Amino acid sequence: MKKTVSLTVALALSAGLLAGCSGTASNPGSGSEDRVVNVCSWGEYIDESLISEFEEQTGIKVNYQTVPSNEELYSILSLGGANYDVIVPSDYMISQLIEEDMLAELNYDNIPNFDLIADRFKNLSYDPENKYTVPYAWGTLGIIYNSSMVDEEITSWDAMFDTKYADQVLMINNSRDALGIALMDLGYSVNTDSEEELQAAYERLAKAKEDGVYQAFVMDEIFDKMESGEAAISTYYAGDYLSMLQNNPDLKYVVPEEGSNWFVDAMCVLKDAENKDEAEEWINFMCSTEASLRNMDYIWYASPNEEALEQYPAYYEENYGEPLDQELYEIMAAPQEVLDRCEAYLVRPVETRTLYNDLWTQLSI
Amino acid sequence: MKNRLSLFAGPYVVWMALFVVIPILMIVFYAFSSADGGFTLDNFTRIGEYLPVFLRSFELAFLATLICLLIGYPISCALAREGAQFQRIAMMLIMLPMWMNFLLRTYAWMSILENTGLLNRFFSAIGLFDLINSIFGTDIQYFKMINTPGAVVLGMVYNFLPFMILPIYSVIVKLDHRLIEAARDLGADSATVFRRVTLPLSLPGVLSGITMVFVPAVSTFAISQLLGGGKQMLLGNLIEMQFKGAAYNPYLGSAVALVMMIVVVICMAVMNRFGEGEEQAVVL
Amino acid sequence: MKNKPSVFSRVFMALVFVFLYAPIFVLIVFSFNDSNSRSVWAGFTLDWYVELFKDQQIIDALYTTLAVSALASVIATVAGTFAAIGFYNMRRRWRTPLMTVNNIPMMNADIVTGVSLCLFFVAAFGLWSTVASWLNANLGTALPTTLYLGFGTMLVAHITFNIPYVILSVMPKLRQMDKNLVDAAQDLGCTWMQAFWKVVVPEIKPGIVNGLLIAFTMSVDDFVISYFTAGSSTANLAMRIYAMTKKRISPKVNAVSTLLFVTVLALLIVINVREARQAKAEERRKAA
Repeated sequence: MKKTVSLTVALALSAGLLAGCSGTASNPGSGSEDRVVNVCSWGEYIDESLISEFEEQTGIKVNYQTVPSNEELYSILSLGGANYDVIVPSDYMISQLIEEDMLAELNYDNIPNFDLIADRFKNLSYDPENKYTVPYAWGTLGIIYNSSMVDEEITSWDAMFDTKYADQVLMINNSRDALGIALMDLGYSVNTDSEEELQAAYERLAKAKEDGVYQAFVMDEIFDKMESGEAAISTYYAGDYLSMLQNNPDLKYVVPEEGSNWFVDAMCVLKDAENKDEAEEWINFMCSTEASLRNMDYIWYASPNEEALEQYPAYYEENYGEPLDQELYEIMAAPQEVLDRCEAYLVRPVETRTLYNDLWTQLSI
Repeated sequence: MKNRLSLFAGPYVVWMALFVVIPILMIVFYAFSSADGGFTLDNFTRIGEYLPVFLRSFELAFLATLICLLIGYPISCALAREGAQFQRIAMMLIMLPMWMNFLLRTYAWMSILENTGLLNRFFSAIGLFDLINSIFGTDIQYFKMINTPGAVVLGMVYNFLPFMILPIYSVIVKLDHRLIEAARDLGADSATVFRRVTLPLSLPGVLSGITMVFVPAVSTFAISQLLGGGKQMLLGNLIEMQFKGAAYNPYLGSAVALVMMIVVVICMAVMNRFGEGEEQAVVL
Repeated sequence: MKNKPSVFSRVFMALVFVFLYAPIFVLIVFSFNDSNSRSVWAGFTLDWYVELFKDQQIIDALYTTLAVSALASVIATVAGTFAAIGFYNMRRRWRTPLMTVNNIPMMNADIVTGVSLCLFFVAAFGLWSTVASWLNANLGTALPTTLYLGFGTMLVAHITFNIPYVILSVMPKLRQMDKNLVDAAQDLGCTWMQAFWKVVVPEIKPGIVNGLLIAFTMSVDDFVISYFTAGSSTANLAMRIYAMTKKRISPKVNAVSTLLFVTVLALLIVINVREARQAKAEERRKAA
């Protein structure tokens, strides 16, 4: 008899759902009344109240998804079948996507707020004529460590390979950054195409992994692990460090003496996007000064919006009743002398990219 | 009559061709293709490099299956001896966790096994580390449990144990007790009864259980991801990485999937031959 | 054999149950924790449940899970029942190879099924795109040229892996059925259709219902196949949870677990109590 009961439950459920389904099964095609935009970004990378505000203002539903890294985004896009409209990849990945003809040229008439972007973030090497992108955030890569678990002051990438910190280090879980760290530690350029140099970087990582230096390979799992003191040392992005600092004041951030990477993440629209107008509306909304300020305050990544960048310390003081620590502001929006020590990732030729993939897969074995 | 009713299967045969056979052929096709679309055997020649992943996957899955069997068989026997009401409640309790998503169950272990997790906090609170450190003069702050192969095996055992218990129990509970009594009457001792009667009769359940634990264990990627910290790469992770992960190469991914599929099929075939081809239709 | 269970076996059972339930207990306790730590208790709160119901993504995911599972299990049950009847009436020469193919999704690792379907869908979309553009150009139709992975593909995938389970549970009932029943019904004036609905279906009903339940359970629990076939804009609960474990983990995950656990527990208890009551009533009737 139990079966009859369950059957009734299942049928009742499905009947209700079928009825509800026809209402929500919005086909993403044109002509439907519901306007939607499918956004794909990184985790912990937006003040979510901005999404609902945009939805209220425009009536456009935002389908907000996240992926952990540029490489995974690229996999999903290449495999096909994903229907993102707006993506927020980093500089080198943007070049690669442009090269593979996957991005749409933007209509900047629909994005008047693009004028608010500081000139130094326009026409960057990944998009020299600025036809495809609107910058979203920028920052540096650095070492984050817990001063209550590490006795010394860390200044070098060596710490990421030091057996002294066995099982205390979190290595970043994407090929470009991880191999980049090893390259920088060895004194090579992060944009090298030399097989020997990349091989050497791989060996450096493989050796440290073999020696048990790495507790885990992580992306956004890092927040929990660093905040709770699960690990002592890790490499991640400046904005996320500041966000972790709110929950664990013992954390320190350093751009190592060997130099580091500085990056720009920019919003782009995919070539076969079905909601290009909505996408441009979203982009325009996100780079307004108001949204940039709120977003900066939430994610702690520096905005490329010139006004927002200037006004942020005042905005902070107004909201929290205390002045923003200049040191923190400079971690967020790195001053020129820090950026001068850093190198941006440039897109590498196909052979190097294949090598990156192969080395990365090998390292994971 | 006979032939007319057989036409009922027609639509499903078409469906199978579309959504079972062709997709598998797609994997085969991709496995023999290169990125520019040409035929290649590279994907297979390169598989040798991934031998450690194959070995690790089969080793961990084998271990997990063995542990499941060592726990699942005795508990099934013990359960079958209890009263009907007890059995019903116990089986309900064993099935209940299966209705919660396995990711949630795996996630639960993360907070238990972490260096600063519940278990280590508990050990620390009862002074276990102080005791060890004072006896051995070491400086242990925690036991390293998460991100080890052991944690991955634990995750597998935890998630798949009910899959082992259910088929074994359902066979054992239906065993004809007269056979056992007859064996006793004919002078067999407990060990002999078990070896000559109970075990052979419960073999279909055991084989079914082994399949239901081993196959998901050898191909999992979520458990090794969550409890292995990205350091215990299994076949599932290798495949996932090539399709949706950090090193896009569906051609290599397909080749790995194909080889894994073949190896698993061979393992299962050998095992079932060993079970004298008993039709194993014991699911849930 | 029916000797009393030993103390040792009782202790062993208790240990296994502790092993099975301790982690779930931990999950539940920490869903009420007034901090986002997963291992330090900081007081009682219900905030995470409030947060949970405000999280549109989780609500959507829950809805998707139920919709996919219900639709897929019902469709698979109907299709699987017909397929089982068809297979049963087939000559062995045909049945054996077809049953082997039918078993593939059950025997195969989920990841292989998922990946293969993903490759297939993407290839089929490519083909469709060519066909649709040709039609649009030559016949003036307005077919969408680009298709995406989403609810539809996930549903197809779920139906595909569910049908074999339905067949597996209907088949034995067909074998148990007395073959003469259908003939008898027809002799008594039933049409062929009536014989099917009035004789065959009631005979195999327990198998059908069981198949439906298994299919529903498999669908609700599925992560891997959905992960590869649902695309970017649709996510079931399992996929959402997986994505959540890859970010800063919120005790909302614990709250989801608790709610799921309580729902399932309540369902099982209701079913069991009913069953026990019916069993008792039956006994009484027999006694009388």
